[in-house]
Amino acid sequence: MGYERQKDFGTPRVKSEKHVTLTIDGRAVTVPEGTTVMRAASEIGSSIPKLCATDNLKQFGSCRLCLVEIEGARGTPASCTTPAAEGMVVKTQTPRLDKLRKGVMELYISDHPLDCLTCSANNDCELQDQAAAVGLRDVRYGYEGANHLAEPTDHSNPYFDFDPSKCIVCSRCVRACDEVQGTFALTIDGRGFGSEVSAGQTLDNFMSSECVSCGACVQACPTATLQEKSVKKIGKPERAVVTTCAYCGVGCTFRAEMRGEQLVRMVPYKDGKANRGHSCVKGRFAWGYANHQDRITRPMVRDNIDQPWREVSWEEALSFSANKLNQIKRDHGARALGGITSSRCTNEETFLVQKLIRGGFGSNNVDTCARVCHSPTGYGLKTTFGTSAGTQDFDSVEDSDVILVIGANPTDGHPVFGSRMKQRLRQGAKLIVIDPRRIDLVKSPHIKAAHHLPLQPGTNVALLTAMAHVIVSEGLADEEFIRTRCDWDEYQDWARFVSQDKNSPEVLEGVTRVPAQSVREAARLYATGGNGAIYYGLGVTEHSQGSSTVMAIANLAMVTGNIGRKGVGVNPLRGQNNVQGACDMGSFPHELPGYRHISDADTRALFEKDWGVTLDPDPGFRINNMLDAAVDGEFRAIYIQGEDILQSDPNTQHVAAGLEAMELVIVHDLFLNETANYAHVFLPGSTFLEKNGTFTNAERRIQPVRKVMEPANGMEDWEVTQALANALGLGWSYTHPSEILDEIARLTPSFAGVSWDRLEREDSLQWPVNEEFPDGAPVMHVDGFVRGKGKFVVTDYVPTDEKTGPRFPLLLTTGRILSQYNVGAQTRRTANVEWHPEDLLEMHPSDAENRGLNDGDWTTLKSRTGETTLRVKVTDRVAPGVVYTTFHHPATQANVVTTDFSDWATNCPEYKVTAVQVMPSNGPSDWQEEYTDLSQKSRRIAGEMEPAE
Amino acid sequence: MSKEQRLSEIIAEHQSREGPLMPILHDVQAEFGCVDADSERIIAAGLNLSRAEVHGVVSFYHDFHGEPDARPVVQICRAEACKSRGVEALIADAEAAAGTRVKLATVYCLGLCSVGPNARIGDDLHARLDSDRLKKLIETV
Repeated sequence: MGYERQKDFGTPRVKSEKHVTLTIDGRAVTVPEGTTVMRAASEIGSSIPKLCATDNLKQFGSCRLCLVEIEGARGTPASCTTPAAEGMVVKTQTPRLDKLRKGVMELYISDHPLDCLTCSANNDCELQDQAAAVGLRDVRYGYEGANHLAEPTDHSNPYFDFDPSKCIVCSRCVRACDEVQGTFALTIDGRGFGSEVSAGQTLDNFMSSECVSCGACVQACPTATLQEKSVKKIGKPERAVVTTCAYCGVGCTFRAEMRGEQLVRMVPYKDGKANRGHSCVKGRFAWGYANHQDRITRPMVRDNIDQPWREVSWEEALSFSANKLNQIKRDHGARALGGITSSRCTNEETFLVQKLIRGGFGSNNVDTCARVCHSPTGYGLKTTFGTSAGTQDFDSVEDSDVILVIGANPTDGHPVFGSRMKQRLRQGAKLIVIDPRRIDLVKSPHIKAAHHLPLQPGTNVALLTAMAHVIVSEGLADEEFIRTRCDWDEYQDWARFVSQDKNSPEVLEGVTRVPAQSVREAARLYATGGNGAIYYGLGVTEHSQGSSTVMAIANLAMVTGNIGRKGVGVNPLRGQNNVQGACDMGSFPHELPGYRHISDADTRALFEKDWGVTLDPDPGFRINNMLDAAVDGEFRAIYIQGEDILQSDPNTQHVAAGLEAMELVIVHDLFLNETANYAHVFLPGSTFLEKNGTFTNAERRIQPVRKVMEPANGMEDWEVTQALANALGLGWSYTHPSEILDEIARLTPSFAGVSWDRLEREDSLQWPVNEEFPDGAPVMHVDGFVRGKGKFVVTDYVPTDEKTGPRFPLLLTTGRILSQYNVGAQTRRTANVEWHPEDLLEMHPSDAENRGLNDGDWTTLKSRTGETTLRVKVTDRVAPGVVYTTFHHPATQANVVTTDFSDWATNCPEYKVTAVQVMPSNGPSDWQEEYTDLSQKSRRIAGEMEPAE
Repeated sequence: MSKEQRLSEIIAEHQSREGPLMPILHDVQAEFGCVDADSERIIAAGLNLSRAEVHGVVSFYHDFHGEPDARPVVQICRAEACKSRGVEALIADAEAAAGTRVKLATVYCLGLCSVGPNARIGDDLHARLDSDRLKKLIETV
């Protein structure tokens, strides 16, 4: 398709059951009551001139361009602020209106640089369009009067410029920052003619202001005042392709706006059902990694990891891999081989990797990074409800009255959903935050949690059980819901358990350190405040009791009847773009696609027949078992697609030892990541811009990923996996991911109705899509739980074995930050580093004082497992006794200190609790120095210039 | 008491009111002679607003100043009625009398249209001004 701006109806869509019919320019139009005249006109394709109106912002009525005549009404009201009424007769084009509009436009243009031909918004500018629409021919006032034409441009943001000389002060940017993003970083400085858009205060620029660079203001700007630097550099896009973001589990859809093969900008897609036209700094701007100089585009091999890499042909890399795989299989059996699928890759690619491992390698040794994030979600929700997924769509939050956020930091980790949640909170929904840290949701402009329960890391189960105690013992349970929807006997057992004194908030206060009164109030609010929705993240799952916590959350939702309709539910905020999909696609060692156990002979038979192979009936190794077995010599070869386990998995030194012990490590990635330091084969990967396929987001929404440019490495990732399979003689012949998707639909009941053609037509589908749910299921468990009766599970609080003591008196918890993503392989290779150049250790002022530490000092962070160094940030966001850091930078290696403890049910590592000591330091730890050496040595490529010593 | 403590007191005094920002800004302006960037930041944090929002309000009103100005202020009305009663003829002399010591501010209407030209110093209004009276006012302010 050619380049067209997204359609703008001027004012937001109104939800109303009642409709009104009016006549606009002689044509009748029926719209929901409350719709503006401007929007009604837009619906029938009659465009009223406008500048300050745009359909994701509330009507403002400041530009005075959208005036209309209404029969029987005095004057010329603004159509953007006039609601349509039954029988209204509107005229949008009359000589009187023409004159008024021309007069208004004349004033705007009298203080606007007339540099259209050299302007970056030339031919893509609403001001230009409207000047043309009103037929402006001259400006009677001249251009010599007072004006803003000499205002300097603010270049401080790395991704966009602010040029106030082109500004018409329509306030769209200010309102977008307030209403859509909810940061309130912009304002109008001054008054009257002196009014100017300003980021922050007098001396601020965009970078020093509260701006989080989400891009909403840039998108809202009708001129070139706020403009992407990439557009200034490259020029106007010539086509747009709708695709899905490859960062977090929100799954925003974007228009990739292209000029030839070059990506000009990513603009949030207004019809995207996950993001509803919004974006964050990562998806909107941080795509520069795709063409970063570090990207490896040619296959490489080496016999051992001390050697430099050798660039080779695809044929050689694949036959080198196949020979070694075959030999290891001959010598040590199929179970010595395995692989890891990627939550960053498409469903189709993930499906193929597990197919290769199960059908080609012949073992079930397949695992995925969900192991280290949301495996307890899968286990916990399957046990209690019957499906391994969240229960709602994101739109559901618009109907919530009480929102409980536990172990999640949506404004940093899932920013676009965080903004949508904040919109609802500003409308009056109540918020409960359970988190050791004072995250932004607890208190930030116009947002204040009704309750913040700052618990000790590792005590989630105790706190949630205490809340259940209050609900049951104070008679707040929804008995009717429980009797009809859940197993009554199991409920009674559970109710007896939570009612015990030992589970009261007063007794558990000693464990959680949260005042009993706050727990009681929060529990009452959740149980009685209307639609209660729970959102949670890795602060729930990454614990030794991760699965128990997920089940405790499910218990709370069931006991209060908060399941099965809009506005309620249990909602895991999934970390990666396709972690839901990777789990759906059979990435776990014990499950075939669709969460069916490998030991089930019928399911196995289905796959065996379709694939023409025999499957191993026993579950394979999990990641940590693969590494243990490698050290023991039982596990010898691994194919890792798009994951950097060395940096992301706990106890880095143990991961390194496991990888080092293997005979063959195949890394398939964009970059020589940290894991590749231990690899023998490097297969270059392709970015999400270079492939077709589908991602499934946290709301089970399957969305298309569309290729906008040719893969720099020559092959899409599914083609690479297919080439490896064929080097092993498997004879695969897929020509497009749609064929893989057909195979998935054929073999997986919950995907039965999914096809590429349907996704092309309908944009997205929320699984299950089958006979029962032909159009998918935005909300699950509506008429009954998938498993039949909802199951209450008794969740005894078992303290983690990771305990503080005199040697390690502090608890470390880890997390992420807005501008960086996961191990940072992508975001570190973009200008996002300007916001977060290094990982910092957050520490409470009293702990810092005890150690003689000042803000910015170097410290050693030491646990039983290892030590690392980083700089300290003194802040009361963390409680005394708790320290916090991120794991975005390999130089820090935060996971050197995390331990081997993990969730009892799923082995999800306990990243969120490590007993540590922090001391002043003056240099990197031994491990950091050794690792830096190794990593420099390991990244050598034969024939390239060696770095000077 | 530090400035920060005093600001917290002022904020606490008004926090529970509906629309606490304006009374806080008035008190801060009265006490410190300005609402500077630090005060904006502290008020924003106290009221759970963004720094930008507070700055937007401060910069909107002429009577709030970003930095202290020790000069006394004489406001002279130059709206239609005072203009027709001859205020423009007084301006040059007034400016000369003010020099750098006094700040002259133009306002539009002090509500005494029938008896202009008018000026205001603090809360006191002065009507029926001529060049000499205005000069004297400025010199003695």
